[in-house]
Amino acid sequence: MVHFTAEEKAAITSLWGKVNVEEAGGEALGRLLVVYPWTQRFFDSFGNLSSPSAIMGNPKVKAHGKKVLTSFGDAVKNMDNLKGAFAKLSELHCDKLHVDPENFRLLGNVMVIILASHFGREFTPELQAAWQKLVAGVATALAHKYH
Amino acid sequence: MVLSPTDKSNVKATWAKIGNHGAEYGAEALERMFMNFPSTKTYFPHFDLGHDSAQVKGHGKKVADALTKAVGHMDNLLDALSDLSDLHAHKLRVDPVNFKLLSHCLLVTLALHLPAEFTPSVHASLDKFLASVSTVLTSKYR
Repeated sequence: MVHFTAEEKAAITSLWGKVNVEEAGGEALGRLLVVYPWTQRFFDSFGNLSSPSAIMGNPKVKAHGKKVLTSFGDAVKNMDNLKGAFAKLSELHCDKLHVDPENFRLLGNVMVIILASHFGREFTPELQAAWQKLVAGVATALAHKYH
Repeated sequence: MVLSPTDKSNVKATWAKIGNHGAEYGAEALERMFMNFPSTKTYFPHFDLGHDSAQVKGHGKKVADALTKAVGHMDNLLDALSDLSDLHAHKLRVDPVNFKLLSHCLLVTLALHLPAEFTPSVHASLDKFLASVSTVLTSKYR
C-alpha cells in the first residue's frame, strides 16, 4: 500500500486546488491519445481523432477528460485508501470497459507532465515525486480488482 | 538490437526441435499469459478463455505460425511481418508492454518442454529474437 507523509499530502492537495480540472482533464486525455495513439482503441465512437489538433479540439475528448480527472480528485481526497476508493471503478474498467491497466500508467505520466508544464518551477522534484507516488497508487488501485 | 549468426542458428535449432508442437506451445503460452497477467485478457473480451478453449487453441496456432514465419526471415523481419505490423498498429493496438508479457510466457513454455535445448545461450537468443519480433510488431504504432 502507498503511504504518504503529511507533507506529501499537503503538497499534493495544495497543488490540486490550483488545477482547472475541466481544462487539465481534456488536455491529459487528449495528450494520451496523441502521444500513444494506440490508446485510441477505446474511443472509436468519439468521432474525429485524425490529427493532434482534431484530438485536442474534440468535444467528446474534453468531456471524457473532465470525467476522468474529476474522478482523480477522489484520489486526492482518499490518499490513505486508494484501493477502497477505486474498487468499483476498478471492476468497471476490467469487466465492462476491458481497459489494459498499462493505460492508467501512461495517463498518470501524462498528467505529471501537464502539471510540470502548468506549474513550472513550483513543480519541484519533491513535488513531482509525491505526484508520481499518487499516480502510481491510482493506477495500482484501478488495476486491483482485475481478474 | 541485432541478431548474431549464433542467435539465428540457436533460434532455428530450437524451432526445429519444436516440430509440430508449435500450435500446442502457442496455446499454452497464451493460457499462461492470461492466468499470470490478467490485464492481458482485456484484449480478448470476445473469447472463451477457459481451460482447453478452442478459441485460445486457434489463436495459439496463429501466433506460432507467425513466429515460424519470422524464424524463416530473420534477416528481414520488417518485410516478413509487415502485414502483422500494420494490423497491430492500426487495428489491434495492443499496448507495447504486453509483448514482453507474451514473450516471457513463450520462453517459460519452451523452457518447460525443451529443457535440454534451453541453455543460457539459447535462452538469450530466443529472448532477443522475441524482442526483435515485438519491436517490428510495434514499429508502426506512431
